[in-house]
Order: sequence, then structure tokens, then C-alpha cells
Amino acid sequence: MKIIALCGVGIGTSAILKVNAERALARLDIEADVTATDVAGVASMGFDAQVILTSSELVEAIGKTNADIVVIDNYFDVDELTAKLETALG
Amino acid sequence: MPLPPLPTAAIAIGVHVEDWRGAVAAAGDALERSGSTSPEYTKRMIGVIDEFGAYVVIAPGLALAHARPGPDVHAEGLSVVTLAEPVAFGHPHNDPVSVVLGLAVTSGDEHVLLVAELANVFNDPHVIPALAAATDVDSIRSLLGVTAPPEEQ
Repeated sequence: MKIIALCGVGIGTSAILKVNAERALARLDIEADVTATDVAGVASMGFDAQVILTSSELVEAIGKTNADIVVIDNYFDVDELTAKLETALG
Repeated sequence: MPLPPLPTAAIAIGVHVEDWRGAVAAAGDALERSGSTSPEYTKRMIGVIDEFGAYVVIAPGLALAHARPGPDVHAEGLSVVTLAEPVAFGHPHNDPVSVVLGLAVTSGDEHVLLVAELANVFNDPHVIPALAAATDVDSIRSLLGVTAPPEEQ
């Protein structure tokens, strides 16, 4: 399973999202590959992803995708990430 | 891995700004003062928000200002700015912002450990309001679990 953590420039915020998404997946006992990328990279990387995690501000930039887009409000809240990933993957 | 030492020059407490641009500029100024970046990097951090919106507001009250690596980054660096009056960045859930972190990295890979440790620190929801209320640099360092650099000790 492939999950993308998306931010505008592909460093910093997407890396924080990746770290905390991996913590949430460990809680859920789900094995998945979480990749941090930027808006420019999501078109090429996103085609086989199940889930794209991002901010509400970046949803419009993603474009056409088959992945579930999951908006995270608080990137540090592993409870929020766990609940939203469980819904998206369950 | 602990966060690297945080110089006093990289911390600004109770800064007065007009708007989010002023808040990001203050984080950029602190990166410049601590020798991490040139003024051009500050402009690029503002440019990221102009281009992509307020997604850098990643938690209630907290913005992580950053841009890509570039020739205007001389060394990896983190700055911490607290605002006297919170400002709106335009985020639907996490406004207003009272703490701005400035992040500068020299390559796309080396920052991973740094941000993983930032994630550890901020997984505690009390840290952001406590930073916003801090009145001295030692309290800021203590909340982040960092030390002063050796030359300041």
C-alpha cells in the first residue's frame, strides 16, 4: 500500500506529516509505504497511491487522482491521523 | 536524535507584526541573525505561501515557514518567533498563529531527522501554547528540549 504526504515544496511539513502518519499506521497495525512529496511531484507519484494526506490549502493543487484525499488539520495530532486513516483504509 | 543547539540569535519573543508576511519575515530575520540564511531565503519563504496558501500553518497557532534548499541557505537552521499579537495566515482551522518556526535545510534529505524530532516535541499539545506564553529564551529552549550552543554557555 502506498500513501503520499503532500506539501508545497516537499520538505518540512510533508516530512512531519510522513513521520506522524507512520506512527498512526503502526497504531492501526497497517503496513504501508509513506512518501513525502511536493505539488509538482504528486501527479507522477500519485497514480498508484491509495491515500494522499495533505492540508486543506493544497487539495485543489492535486488535480485528477484515484487516491482518497485525506485533509489533516493538525499535523501533530496522531489521534486525528489515526482516525482519518482508519476511515480511509477501513 | 535531539534537535541541534538553538542560538539566542535564532529566537525572538513577543514580536509585533502587522500580518503573516511580517511574521514570516521575523522568522527569516532570526535565521539570518544566526548565520543560517541570506535575506533571499526569507523572500522565498514568503513566496511559498503566496504560491501555495497557508498550508504551512500545520497545527493550531503554529506556522512552519520554510522553502526549498538553495544557495541562500548557508547552514541548516531553525528559528523560533513568538508574536505579541497573533495574526491570521488564512488557514481555515488553525488560525490565528502565535508561534512561527523558520526552517532552513541545505539538502532535501538531511532535514528528515530534524523534523522527526520536531514532530516528537510537538506531539505534546501543550507545547505550542506554552511557547506562545514563554517570556525568556531559556523557557523556549526548555520546551523544545534543546540547549544553547557551546559558545553561549
